[in-house]
Amino acid sequence: MKKETKNPAIDRVDGRMKVTGGAKYFADFDLPDLAYCVIVGSEIARGILTGIDTKKAVSAPGVVGVFTHLNMPPIPGWDMPVSGQSDGGKPKPATEETYRILSSPKILFDGQPVAMVVADTFERATYAASLIKATYNKQSARTSLEKNIEKQVTPKGGDYKRGEAEAYESSVVKLEADYKIPIEVHNPMELHGITAHWTGKQQLMIYAKTQGVNATQQAMAQAFQVDPENIRVHTEFMGGGFGMGLRTWPQETAVVAIAKKVGRPVKLVMNRSQMFTMVGHRPYTVQTIQIGADQDGKLVAINHAATAETASYEDFTEATVNMTRFMYACPNVSTRYRLVRLDRSVPIWMRGPGEATGAFALESAMDEMAHKLKLDPIAFRLLNYTQTDPEHDRPYSSKHLKEAYERGAEAIGWKNRKSEPGMLREGNSFVGYGMSTGVFNAFRWEASARVILSSDGSLVIQSAVTDIGPGTGTALTMIAHNVLGVPFNRIKVQYGDTSLPKAPTQGGSAIVSAVGSAVFDACSKVKNELFALALKDGGALAGRQPTELTLSDGVVAVEKEPGKKVAVDVLMKSSQLTKIEKDADSKGSPDLEKYSMYSFSVHFVKVKVNPLTGAVRVIKAVSVADSGRIISPKTAASQMIGGVAGGIGMALTEEAVIDHRFGRFVNNNLADYHVAVHADVPAIETIFIDKPDPVINPMGAKGMGEIALIGFAGAVANAVFNATGQRIRELPITPDKVMRKMV
Amino acid sequence: MNPFQFTRVTTPQAAVSTISKTAGTYFLAGGTNLIDLIKREVIIPEQLVDITKLPLAAIEKTSSGIRIGAMAKNSAVADHELIKKHFPLLSMALNAGASAQLRNMATVGGNMMQRTRCSYFYDNSMPCNKRGPVQSGPDKGQPNGPGGCGAIGGSNRMHAIFGASAKCIAVHPSDMCIALAALDATVNITGPKGDRSISFTEFHRLPGDIPQKDNTLAPAELITSVDLPTNAFAEHSYYLKVRDRASYAFALVSVGVGLEMKGKIIQQARLAMGGVAHKPWRLSEAEQFLKGKEASEFNFKQAATLAMASAKGYGENDFKLTLAPNSIVEALQIATENA
Ligand SMILES: Cc1cc2nc3c(=O)[nH]c(=O)nc-3n(C[C@H](O)[C@H](O)[C@H](O)COP(=O)(O)OP(=O)(O)OC[C@H]3O[C@@H](n4cnc5c(N)ncnc54)[C@H](O)[C@@H]3O)c2cc1C
Ligand code: SF4
Repeated sequence: MKKETKNPAIDRVDGRMKVTGGAKYFADFDLPDLAYCVIVGSEIARGILTGIDTKKAVSAPGVVGVFTHLNMPPIPGWDMPVSGQSDGGKPKPATEETYRILSSPKILFDGQPVAMVVADTFERATYAASLIKATYNKQSARTSLEKNIEKQVTPKGGDYKRGEAEAYESSVVKLEADYKIPIEVHNPMELHGITAHWTGKQQLMIYAKTQGVNATQQAMAQAFQVDPENIRVHTEFMGGGFGMGLRTWPQETAVVAIAKKVGRPVKLVMNRSQMFTMVGHRPYTVQTIQIGADQDGKLVAINHAATAETASYEDFTEATVNMTRFMYACPNVSTRYRLVRLDRSVPIWMRGPGEATGAFALESAMDEMAHKLKLDPIAFRLLNYTQTDPEHDRPYSSKHLKEAYERGAEAIGWKNRKSEPGMLREGNSFVGYGMSTGVFNAFRWEASARVILSSDGSLVIQSAVTDIGPGTGTALTMIAHNVLGVPFNRIKVQYGDTSLPKAPTQGGSAIVSAVGSAVFDACSKVKNELFALALKDGGALAGRQPTELTLSDGVVAVEKEPGKKVAVDVLMKSSQLTKIEKDADSKGSPDLEKYSMYSFSVHFVKVKVNPLTGAVRVIKAVSVADSGRIISPKTAASQMIGGVAGGIGMALTEEAVIDHRFGRFVNNNLADYHVAVHADVPAIETIFIDKPDPVINPMGAKGMGEIALIGFAGAVANAVFNATGQRIRELPITPDKVMRKMV
Repeated sequence: MNPFQFTRVTTPQAAVSTISKTAGTYFLAGGTNLIDLIKREVIIPEQLVDITKLPLAAIEKTSSGIRIGAMAKNSAVADHELIKKHFPLLSMALNAGASAQLRNMATVGGNMMQRTRCSYFYDNSMPCNKRGPVQSGPDKGQPNGPGGCGAIGGSNRMHAIFGASAKCIAVHPSDMCIALAALDATVNITGPKGDRSISFTEFHRLPGDIPQKDNTLAPAELITSVDLPTNAFAEHSYYLKVRDRASYAFALVSVGVGLEMKGKIIQQARLAMGGVAHKPWRLSEAEQFLKGKEASEFNFKQAATLAMASAKGYGENDFKLTLAPNSIVEALQIATENA
């Protein structure tokens, strides 16, 4: 099977294992003499810890150790230079403050650990933790972005401009609007944590909830000044990450230090409310968009400004405004990105990261402008379609967005949409249609893999990459199958461990492209070796050319001569080989620089809105992905469905609320922080353009994890407008924002 | 967790005689609210009396209606043929609450006794007048966190617009209780002083100066059952719940409606609202107004206006001043159409 051919829909290779409890997650690993760590978090968001009474906790039953800033064991590598994506808990270059866990009485955010208690059982650690009494000298916390907006700073990366800044002002048709997204929290089902086990003085075994075992290994090596070779990190499966596992968090490093100190393995599993303050979140962001167009709807100018929160102790930035630079043909574009440092824990990427935030604003504004111009929203986008990237002035490696618009419009029944809002009703409710575009970088990172073909015809694929749920194992299986023709059920994927060939962190929708290419290359080496064996002097197919040969179902054959073939096991045995093992390091060629590589998506939704109660229901969703060749159709569809479910949460329900008087969350649990539930998520249709990208990698596959979410919230907001005429620019779109005064 | 005494009883008499009358003692039913509160250390119990084995789960016909045992599971009540046929409002309200898993555990008595979901109440580091003093353990008698009402001037999107006090603006979160209040239920109680019955609408109370007290149950008293009198509302009943997601969320506002109709004329109306007060909020003036009136949007709006007379917002929940009357109209309209 080639790049030119669509892939069959196979079941998730680890599905059965996962639903029968066979898949082991970090907290499932039990170790002899394991001790349990519980964190006591600060109850204030800013101030000084004036006292911490641990006496009762220290003498509570089963307690192994109680650690505060007064007795925390040293972490020698805190101040070492940062390398890799994860930084061992060491803050990036100084901002206003420095945060090191349990190193000072200074409190910089709500929930900041003030003590870590270790006991022989989780229950005893929890009880001992409850006995700790902290007293504070409380200072007024700056947690509101609006109230501190004048203190904004310009992060590295700077502003972007092409054309004339004044172009907007002189445009014939103008639109300016402000958009806001709240804090969103990843809230995967699996709680975050780590188990650390020093198996020797300089030997460390870690079971973590990380999206990259190599990154955690690197971070810990740096923090503890240990050779990375002596650190093994294992994370085969993750119960949802959504970005929270993209770095090593300070409490993880602290557990490793504590495990060393107490001389036994220590496990930390955080609780749900700690998931709101210690493992990042999607930052609260306010945005302003200005769009200028001529009478016919040709874009003249777009200005996009975003201001996001970050921590006082670290600048977190993301690509919130970047899409605006290249999405549409527009001569005058400027983007501006600012940060406000608050007394809050540091944000991190959350699925679709900044692009999802930015797309909500840009694609809402495009819809507003289309309405103003009396243009169909799709027609308006097509009018300003571009086949070359105007930001970098180079072609897209592949872009089939037009086809995506068409197919999605067909599937949702776009022709039933009325251009004037409030024209469609079902019973007492209004019905509306909305759409939005999504886009995300298609990466080709460096990665390694190993494949081992045994003479019994089975194949093992090895790579350190972690499976966070997207179906990595299934995709790698498909890629290997396509090169070597080994039946799916004879392929086994081993991953999620630093003892395996090095792989990048699972993120950025990049793994199929990166690790998949390495698997492809390694398999190709195996294939070449098999062909060489067959073709060598005295070999079964001697005298032919490699290009004449095919390989499938354990047989090397001459393509055009039926019957001229040799079985792989025969071939290997005749050469006294029990296995063929090949490693590959794979990265994109410098030629890729000539292209802009992006994945595209289009989301369509149909909503029903009750004007009296303000309840919005998404009653149909269609998501179309233009992400190159689809490697595993079933798990790719699952990705898209998950993106829609997350998108509905982002659009309609999710918001972490802070009481700024205290600087603390008030809904830090799953009853009050509303992720979308089944009843919120309708039937979803997923459509793949499924055309290979000619340049990015040998499979022609671009990523799709992020684009599944990016843009979705905008589609919902646009549909709500189409249904009711109400433009909601602040997420989530809860009933109070939509209902109309009737009585 | 602090050590506490745990006793399992099998008769109501034993339940009442086993439980101590002092603070910090609780009956344990489905545990879906009590255990959460214990884990959060909002409640630090001295004694738990497990009543899950009491023979009080029956749902049966009586001469004047139906009796539902206090230990009947929420799901069992919602799915019971007698309830679905004669009191569909109760069935709808129960099914609008929590999740299937929770309804399978939760009992009728526990549902009535569940505490508010006010976030400040659940977080000991935040001010709250409802939590009261620590009831057990080394800190017994000391305040369980700072006093004052965190919700006033704070995050009060979910809070009351009727009958609140300067001490507390929390709401009672139950859906089931809205239906029971609308349906003129009676609560049967047994206690150290014997048995008694009170009207459902008098069971819960307004916060006033004692927000710690949610209801009028005396220490060591046990709810044994709830009686529902026969009525003619079954054909025109509806429970409308407006919430932040389609399922598994507490009500922003809910409305329970029962109408007895003759043609287009309303003979009798029953209306109660949830998510708006410290107790199920019965709309007596609106009921009176609708009696004998035609079922029309005009009359429904009038009724809703009457119902809102004493409403007051606290900032974030001001939207309820619009959402509540809108919801009354919507619920009345749907109930009229139901048949
Ligand atoms: C995440 C979540 C979401 C929820 N959503 C909703 C919702 O949308 N709508 C809704 O209505 N409810 C909701 N609930 C609340 C749920 O309905 C209650 O937790 C449940 O009804 C309590 O019943 P229980 O039997 O588990 O009570 P328990 O937790 O066992 O007890 C609660 C209280 O009642 C007392 N008690 C129990 N039985 C008796 C008795 N017979 N006599 C005297 N005292 C007694 C106990 O001492 C305790 O104080 C939700 C709960 C959770 C956890
Ligand atoms: S509303 Fe009541 S429960 Fe909530 S904080 Fe105020 S006093 Fe406490």
